[in-house]
Amino acid sequence: MTFPMIKIEGVRHAYKTPSGPLPVLDGLDVTVEEGGFVAVVGPSGCGKSTLTKLVAGLMKPDQGMVMVHGEKVTGPRSTVGMAFQNPVMLEWRTIIENVMLPLEIVSTKMSKSEQKDRANYLLELVGLEGFGDKRPSELSGGMRQRASLCRAIVHKPDILILDEPFGALDAFTREDLWQTMHKVKDEEPFTGVLITHDLRESIFLADQVVVLSQRPARTQYVLDVPNIGPRDLDHLYTPEAAEMLNILRHQIEVAQGRAAA
Amino acid sequence: MAYVPDMKTRSTGGSVAKFLTSRAFLAPIIAMIVFVALWEFLVWVNNWPDYVMASPSDLPAAYAEYWGLFVKYGWQTLWRTVVGLVLAVIVGLFLGMIMGFSRLMRDALYPLLVGFNAIPKATVVPIVALLFVGAHDFNTILIAFMISFFPIAVSVSIGLSTLEPEYRDILRALGASQGTIFWKIALPKTLPEFFGALKVAVTLAFIGTNLMEIVSPHGRGLGALFDSGKTNSDYPLMFAVLIALAILGIVLYYVVVALEKIFAGWADRQPG
Repeated sequence: MTFPMIKIEGVRHAYKTPSGPLPVLDGLDVTVEEGGFVAVVGPSGCGKSTLTKLVAGLMKPDQGMVMVHGEKVTGPRSTVGMAFQNPVMLEWRTIIENVMLPLEIVSTKMSKSEQKDRANYLLELVGLEGFGDKRPSELSGGMRQRASLCRAIVHKPDILILDEPFGALDAFTREDLWQTMHKVKDEEPFTGVLITHDLRESIFLADQVVVLSQRPARTQYVLDVPNIGPRDLDHLYTPEAAEMLNILRHQIEVAQGRAAA
Repeated sequence: MAYVPDMKTRSTGGSVAKFLTSRAFLAPIIAMIVFVALWEFLVWVNNWPDYVMASPSDLPAAYAEYWGLFVKYGWQTLWRTVVGLVLAVIVGLFLGMIMGFSRLMRDALYPLLVGFNAIPKATVVPIVALLFVGAHDFNTILIAFMISFFPIAVSVSIGLSTLEPEYRDILRALGASQGTIFWKIALPKTLPEFFGALKVAVTLAFIGTNLMEIVSPHGRGLGALFDSGKTNSDYPLMFAVLIALAILGIVLYYVVVALEKIFAGWADRQPG
C-alpha cells in the first residue's frame, strides 16, 4: 500500500495564552501526494504557520493526526527543509557557508569539498553563481531569499515547507523567484507545502490550493490546478487562470465572512 | 553599537608611513595634543600652584623620579584588572545564558542583579577589605569583577532572549540539539552585544581595581601610588598616576576592539 507523503487529518490545536486557550486549528484536512505541491491560503492570522510547524514536527497537535510517509510525526525529522519570509541568513557566515549549514547537522559523513560542490551547484541553479563568498549583508533581499531556498533544499529533503518566502519581495523579484521555483523543482524534486497570501502565486506554483477558514481554521475549499506542464507567466493571464483566481477570491471573502458561501 | 574607530586604513594601507599620516592615527593624536595644551594653558593663566593643580609640564619629572614604581605598580594594577575582567566575562556569560534561555530565571534573577549593581562599590570596598583582611590580590580582583560583570550578563541575556524564533527553527527542524543551536547560532549572534558590553566592563574593572588599591592599607598597584602621592602632597605624582591609569585603560580598550574585529568583525558595516 502506498501512502501519501503528507496526510493531515482532523487536526485541532489551541495555544495556551494567559486569557485561556486560543484555538487556531479546528478540523484541518490536507493531503499531499509524493511530488505534489500544495499552496495554503487563508485570512491572516488563521493558523497557516501553525500548520507548517506541525508538518515540520516542531509542534504536536492537541488532536488529530499528522502523518508523513504513513508514519505519525512525533518530532523533528532531518528530511524537512524550511524557508521563511525572513531569509534568516547567519550574517557571520558567507553565503555558501549559510547554504552548507544543514549539511553540517544531517550529513556529517559528507566531506567538506562534497558539501561545497553541492552548495555551489544549488547556488548556480538559482542564479547566484559567483556570490558564494559574499556576506549576506552584501546581497539584495531577493538574492538572500534565493540563498535561503538553497539552504532549505541542500540536504535533499523530501518535504519543502515554504512559509510566505516571497511575501516581502517586490512584485518583479517575486515573479522571477516563482520561475526559479519551477526550475528548482524540475532539477531537485520535492513535495512542497507553500503558505502564501498571493493567489496568483498559489496557482502559478502549486497543483492544489487549499483555502482555510478564519481562525480557528478548518479546510474550507480545495482547488485543483490543472497540470499544464511547464508554466510561464503568460499562463497567469489566460481565461482559465482568471476563473481560478475568481473562485479563490470568492472563497477568501467567504472565509473572511464578507460573502455568503 | 559602541564607537569603533575606523581602522580600515591600517589594514588596507600596508606601509607604516601611510598609517602614520592617516586620519585614523592623526585625529586622536591631535586631539590629545590640544587637550594637553589646554590643560597647561589653564594652569598657567590661573597661576595655579602645584598643590592645587599640576600641569602637564610637571609630569615628566614625576615619571622620571618614580619610573621603577610606575612599571611595578602599573603591572600589578593591569594583571588584577585583567583577571577580574576574565572572571566577569565567565560569570557574566554564564548568568546571561541562564537568563537568556529561561524566562523563570530571568524573572527571578533580574531584581537581585539590579539591586546588587545599584549598590555603590565604594561602600563594598571596606567590607571586603575587612572580610578578607590582608588578601590584597584577591580583594582587588573581587571588586574589579563585581563592578564589571553586570553589563556583560545583561547584554548576553538580552541577545539570547531576543533571538528570532526562525533562527532556532531552521536548526530545530533538522533535529539539532540545544547545544548545537547555541554553538552555531545563538552564541555568534550575541557576540556584537557581548563586545559592546565588554568595552563598558573594561573601564569599570579599572575603577574597581583602583577603588580597592586606594582604600586598602599598605596596598599595591597604581592606586596605592596615588595614595602615597596624596599623603606626601606630591601633586605631580598624583596626576602622573591618573594619566598612567588613563593610558592603561586605553590600551585595554583597544585590545577589546581588536578582539571584536577578529570575532565579530562581520557586524561592522561600512557606511555608504
